[in-house]
Amino acid sequence: MRQASKPSSSRFFDINGWAFVSVAMALISVFMLYPIGKSLWMSVQSGQGTMTKFVGLGNVQRLLDDPMFLRALTNTSIFLVVQVPIMIVLALVMASCLNIPNLKGRGLLRTAVFLPCVTSLVAYSVLFKSMFSYDGVVNSTLMGLGLVSEAVPWLTDPFWARVVVIVAITWRWTGYNMIFYLAAMQNVDKSIYEAARIDGISATRRFLSITIPVLKPVILFTTVTSTIGTLQMFDEAMNITNGGPADSTLTLSLYIYNLSFKYVPNFGYAATVSYVIVVLVAILAFIQFYAAREREQ
Amino acid sequence: MSQWSGKLRTALVYGFLWLMALLSIFPFVWMLISATNESHDITKGKMSFGNALTENYHKFAELFDVGLVFWNSGKVAILGSFLTLAVSSLAGYGFEIFRSPGRERVYQGVLLSMMIPFSALMIPLFILLASFDMLDTHMAVILPGIASAYMIFYFRQNTKSFPLELRDAARVDGLKEWQIFLFVYLPVMRSTYAAAFIIVFMTIWNSFLWPLIVLQSVELKTITLVLSSLGSSYTPDFGVIMVATILATIPTLVVFFAMQRQFVEGMLGSVK
Repeated sequence: MRQASKPSSSRFFDINGWAFVSVAMALISVFMLYPIGKSLWMSVQSGQGTMTKFVGLGNVQRLLDDPMFLRALTNTSIFLVVQVPIMIVLALVMASCLNIPNLKGRGLLRTAVFLPCVTSLVAYSVLFKSMFSYDGVVNSTLMGLGLVSEAVPWLTDPFWARVVVIVAITWRWTGYNMIFYLAAMQNVDKSIYEAARIDGISATRRFLSITIPVLKPVILFTTVTSTIGTLQMFDEAMNITNGGPADSTLTLSLYIYNLSFKYVPNFGYAATVSYVIVVLVAILAFIQFYAAREREQ
Repeated sequence: MSQWSGKLRTALVYGFLWLMALLSIFPFVWMLISATNESHDITKGKMSFGNALTENYHKFAELFDVGLVFWNSGKVAILGSFLTLAVSSLAGYGFEIFRSPGRERVYQGVLLSMMIPFSALMIPLFILLASFDMLDTHMAVILPGIASAYMIFYFRQNTKSFPLELRDAARVDGLKEWQIFLFVYLPVMRSTYAAAFIIVFMTIWNSFLWPLIVLQSVELKTITLVLSSLGSSYTPDFGVIMVATILATIPTLVVFFAMQRQFVEGMLGSVK
């Protein structure tokens, strides 16, 4: 009899286990699994509002001939390729400067560079919009310092509008990523640096041959999360430039929003565009997964 | 020679760090200065305090019911955080404490779902909530975020540091499993909850895209929606915008400075 009670008690605990996770699983099924399946179903249909018909891969074909989509994809890629590396390098340099022993004012400096990431994306977007207006504070400062001879058309020129968006995102997220590096650096055994210094290895070399390899997993983590974040960028594109001028800052998410809620709604095609983001994120996730596994082996 | 290069390097490090700190702080200073200036001075880059602060505030209060906007944002953020913490910590605890091969597989599914970008969910979610007849309600803003895969992951990771002896002792004392969770686990994990609360609260307070899609009525709008509509008008009044920006930022700044340690802890919780 005693033998028999054991499995029943483990089943009792198993019921408990399912009970604890049940609410979350039910919600995830309704608000995550169902929508993702539904949007796959929607992506093979086309039409306006509720009048839809099955088009199979028609939407995918339409993607390739859609100049607006290609525009949004190009813009998003430009933001990725330019912004993420700049931010990661800047954050790494900042973290290693802040990690120098006996640095004066460390707490104050760290808080200052971290502060931007508590602002809401909308708040800092409208703030940047006002700062970069044609007669605004950025232009008057640059001209006052003699760095530019005439006002830069930040928000009205396609090239400079992209620059503003990149500057804005870098301002918002560099401190955030820096904190991850700083935390990782503080876990590194200080004696390694000490030994390297005694051996006469320069600071730059120490940074490249000790800090970077040790931080590799964290760098990978922040790169992937930043990339995924930029792939989905919406708030900044909408509130700084509203995708303009001449669609130069239109992102994929903003395009999906416009397709669904601004133009005559075509949910099916919008779902297809959103699957482009899904595929891109999945690729990145796999890269991270395999890189992490390689590290463990 | 080497002493000189050492000093030069120190100067460079300090110069770089203070420049970065200055650039990080400047928009905040700009926001404070501009809130006291009139719109046309702001777009001209006026860098000194003016005396239009009360005027700007009154203009803002004429356009929107400031108290109501705050109530909306606060209600959504606090209720949403509370529900997210409750549901996600229960699940994180369940996955870590009661292990079974079946649940591990479900958990891997949860982790995988973290990778689904919100842009891919928003249209079906919109249609789903329309079919529940829930569009244009605060509950519609809150509901889809409650079972947060990220928070389930966070709580499971942190539950690894929960001493199992406490649970075993409680079982010997005859406590039921839900009692152990409520009266043993919850008090012990206070700081884990605090850190999670800050992260979730800020995320919801600052959220924009989903409320933008769901909320239509002016009297339901949150501060980010109000701010965005002020900024996107054809003739934006930047004085009013700055006052609204300050009001939107104050709660997050207060939470940040009051609980800086927990904030960083919550942020780093996922890479432990």
